[in-house]
Amino acid sequence: MTEHAVEADGLVKRYGTFTAVDGIAFAVRDGECFGFLGPNGAGKSTTIKMISCLSPVTEGTLRVAGLDPRTDARRIKSMLGVVPQEDNLDEDLPVRKNLEVYARYYGLSGALAASRIDEALSLFQLTEKANAKIGDLSGGMKRRLVIARSLVSEPRILVLDEPTTGLDPQARHNVWQKMRLLKSRGVTMVLTTHYMDEAAHLCDRLVIMHRGTILTEGNPHALIARHAGTEVLELRMEPDERAPLLSELGGIAGVTVEEVEDLVYVYGAGPRAREMALHIGDPGRAFLRPGNLEDVFLRLTGRGLLD
Amino acid sequence: MSAFVRQPDLSAAALHVWQRNRDVLLQLWKSEFVAQLLEPPFVIFALGLGLGKFVELENGQEYVAFLTPGLLAMFPMFTAVFECAWNSYLRLDQGTYRAILATPASIDDVITGEILWGATRSAVNASYILLVAVVLTPWLGMVESPWAILVVPVAVIPGIFFSAISILFASVAKAMSQFGYFFNLVINPMFWFGGAFFPTDSLPDWARVVAWFIPLTHVTDLYRGFVTGELEWSLVGDVAWLVVATAVTYLAALWSMRRRLTE
Repeated sequence: MTEHAVEADGLVKRYGTFTAVDGIAFAVRDGECFGFLGPNGAGKSTTIKMISCLSPVTEGTLRVAGLDPRTDARRIKSMLGVVPQEDNLDEDLPVRKNLEVYARYYGLSGALAASRIDEALSLFQLTEKANAKIGDLSGGMKRRLVIARSLVSEPRILVLDEPTTGLDPQARHNVWQKMRLLKSRGVTMVLTTHYMDEAAHLCDRLVIMHRGTILTEGNPHALIARHAGTEVLELRMEPDERAPLLSELGGIAGVTVEEVEDLVYVYGAGPRAREMALHIGDPGRAFLRPGNLEDVFLRLTGRGLLD
Repeated sequence: MSAFVRQPDLSAAALHVWQRNRDVLLQLWKSEFVAQLLEPPFVIFALGLGLGKFVELENGQEYVAFLTPGLLAMFPMFTAVFECAWNSYLRLDQGTYRAILATPASIDDVITGEILWGATRSAVNASYILLVAVVLTPWLGMVESPWAILVVPVAVIPGIFFSAISILFASVAKAMSQFGYFFNLVINPMFWFGGAFFPTDSLPDWARVVAWFIPLTHVTDLYRGFVTGELEWSLVGDVAWLVVATAVTYLAALWSMRRRLTE
């Protein structure tokens, strides 16, 4: 009936008196990559845990592949591949055995399991490590193995909680490349991240969460255009020097100016911002750059430290 | 209360958890097995023959023969406790359970698989000690009746009981160091006062009442009946005591682990 892979309305999660997720609504379409972006403690992981049936829903409705986690957890879990935040590989078993044992929890064994495991290991360039101990793998290899593990059941929906946190740039790009490949194969992906470039790079649509609620939703490029503009001017200058510039910019319709300590961000100034940067002629004092998701994120969630 | 008596949510995944533990053991069997194979003969020689020389029992039985049912009860208890207190806590702590719970396995599957695994190792251990005792019987007279073979199937019940009580403790433990309490306050007293080393009927009345509440006492009594061939009706009482205690402890372990693992 529903065409949505995941659908939530009025979704709430409370731990005692603390509300981790406060009545959110979203819908993930089949085949898309959907991101939850937000600072620590925003409720992203909690949402992901409710989707993967690891944390019971307190209130509201949640449907995963059209099913209710409250009554159909087993069936939902059989359709999901889960990549948790921490690498919870089975340290007592070598690489290949990890996947064999994991496949068995899905009722998979024999030739079918073996061929899927071969494929997953080769896809993630781990074939040569098949007999290695988990403790001997690098951080990037462990992460790849966790993702490979989530694929042995051929999930309809892949749920990834901060898939590249803690990886070096090479390993991150490698993981992204694999995720794009999976997406091209039609796997629906739901992921959380606090890396803006990751979200911009991978997600068709995303929501930005803060303190348990959704602040905004949309395609990354549309969100940047809406909240930050295509170009952002960064001014780094003394207060007496910046005052005349700011009064001039403030007069232009659609321009917003944000002063943060020694830095001034000018959003939406268009051609005037470019002229100004050229005129000052020193990128150390006036720097024009494309707007990005980080601008959107910081403007919506604020610049204070959250933990 | 309703959560406590809720019917366990079980599937084939419980068996898969058992298989996971078996696969791990097969990887490590050399280091795991050697110590376990050597300990019972050591204890039989040290306590049975060494200490036994100085012990004279009222009924004229050799001390090493008296000790046999105690050894059959005690070592498998330690096996189950080791597997389902320490090892289960490690698996809980290192995220193994959480990884399994992301698959179609339920919490009840995971805990039941763990308990069945502890019970399996415990029963295998009891069978091995019985084998050692039978082999030594021509010299030491440890096994007096073929009924002793009943130890093998019956050992599954205390195996489940000791596994479940261990995992119950693991479910409330906050750190590995807390297992000292469990061992020193629960398991050790059972070891000393559970009828393995001296007959409980020689104790004062109050102590016999206390002994009745100690699970290991019933296991020892039961095995004493099997090993000597003196099958009395009181053994049915021991079985009933153990079955009820095992069922309650199993349900308590499931209930407590659901609380621990539900996020």
